[in-house]
Amino acid sequence: MIPPSFDYHAPRSLGEAVSLLSSLGEEAKLLAGGHSLLPMMKLRFAQPAHLIDLGAISDLRGIREENGALVIGAMTTEAELLQSALVRNKVPLLAEGASQIADPQVRYRGTIGGDISHGDPGNDHPALMLALDASFVVTGPRGQRTLPANGFFLGLYSTQLAPAEILTQIRIPIPAAGTGWSYQKLKRKTGDFATAASAVLLRMKGTTVAQVAIALTNAAPTALRATAAERALVGKAINAASLAEAARLAMGICQPAADLRGDGAYKTAMCGEMTRRALEAALARARA
Amino acid sequence: MAKLHNVSFKLNGKAVAAEVEARELLIYTLRERLAHTGAHIGCETSHCGACTVDCNGASVKSCTVLTVQCAGADVLTVEGLERGGALHALQQAFHEEHGLQCGYCTPGMLMRAYRLLGENPNPSEAEIRYGMSGNLCRCTGYQNIVKAVQSAARKLAAKPAAA
Repeated sequence: MIPPSFDYHAPRSLGEAVSLLSSLGEEAKLLAGGHSLLPMMKLRFAQPAHLIDLGAISDLRGIREENGALVIGAMTTEAELLQSALVRNKVPLLAEGASQIADPQVRYRGTIGGDISHGDPGNDHPALMLALDASFVVTGPRGQRTLPANGFFLGLYSTQLAPAEILTQIRIPIPAAGTGWSYQKLKRKTGDFATAASAVLLRMKGTTVAQVAIALTNAAPTALRATAAERALVGKAINAASLAEAARLAMGICQPAADLRGDGAYKTAMCGEMTRRALEAALARARA
Repeated sequence: MAKLHNVSFKLNGKAVAAEVEARELLIYTLRERLAHTGAHIGCETSHCGACTVDCNGASVKSCTVLTVQCAGADVLTVEGLERGGALHALQQAFHEEHGLQCGYCTPGMLMRAYRLLGENPNPSEAEIRYGMSGNLCRCTGYQNIVKAVQSAARKLAAKPAAA
């Protein structure tokens, strides 16, 4: 399987990439790690006339800490996230999520920015970004703007990115010390998308929940923040009753598409179960 | 006629070049233009890992990398593992531990294990299974592949220069 013909561009700078993208218009697609786009091109689900490869723009890579946030270049690979002591120590939820994406070879190529920009609800970073209250720096012909992850994902393959905009940076506020975390992902096999997955960040005060974020992967046309489940947990102890209620409320917002991974009812039930497990695992890691 | 790109890179330590269309996948350049047929085409959908090669210090599935993305890269294939007529410790270990039956997945297994041991010279069984999870074998049941990687790790630890 060979992709259809296209013209290949390899800009050396972000400015060059933005002007190429705005002059080539809708006929052009950005090439990041290529592990979603090239398979789609092989299958003729995508037939862009131009590919703009972001691989040579070194400004788009790297991970640093800045003013209480982790700042990650959009072309940073999953493997680079996993190798980063900063990520593991400051935002372990991101490392736990990235470690469950695809397989080792794909993680060497796949990028955090590509995973987010693609707008696929089966991708793992959207829910992780929602749980982490991340924001995205995007650059276009009219300059730069910063968009919160919450509200960025509009639908299947649809995001707030304007046609000539490029996601350049992901900014993640570093969770307070003692915050518990977990990403629980059910998948049929290595490399598969989630049947259901849930990302949790949890801060305890004594034996009760001070703050919690819950976000779901592949439960609807976009990743979802389970706000009703979060509200129900705040101020409560985590026990069988509160876990069951949180899972019930998380399941209440699920609208998964039926596919080979299961029907809607099964996937919804698994979203509830992944949420329950993620809350329990996060609790075991939280320090009050 | 689509535009051709002249792409130069290093293949197993030697400078090579190929005139390719932008859409050409690395596996085809290796096999059909550069006569390196060690890396195999299995699923061609980035699942099976039979086409795995090492590119700039990373294991990649060469069915899902464009050759034009490899301009200037350092590519290592299974043909480059042997040194001076001696098998690499991994090749020797796959032979001794029966880490293959039909052999179709083996070049990909070897190249993935090569990078895994480069990054983690003493992996646990769980780390080997996780680290090799992008490579499918339909014959061995993986037991002997895991044993072979463990055996190669011991061989390399005893003789670090062979890495």
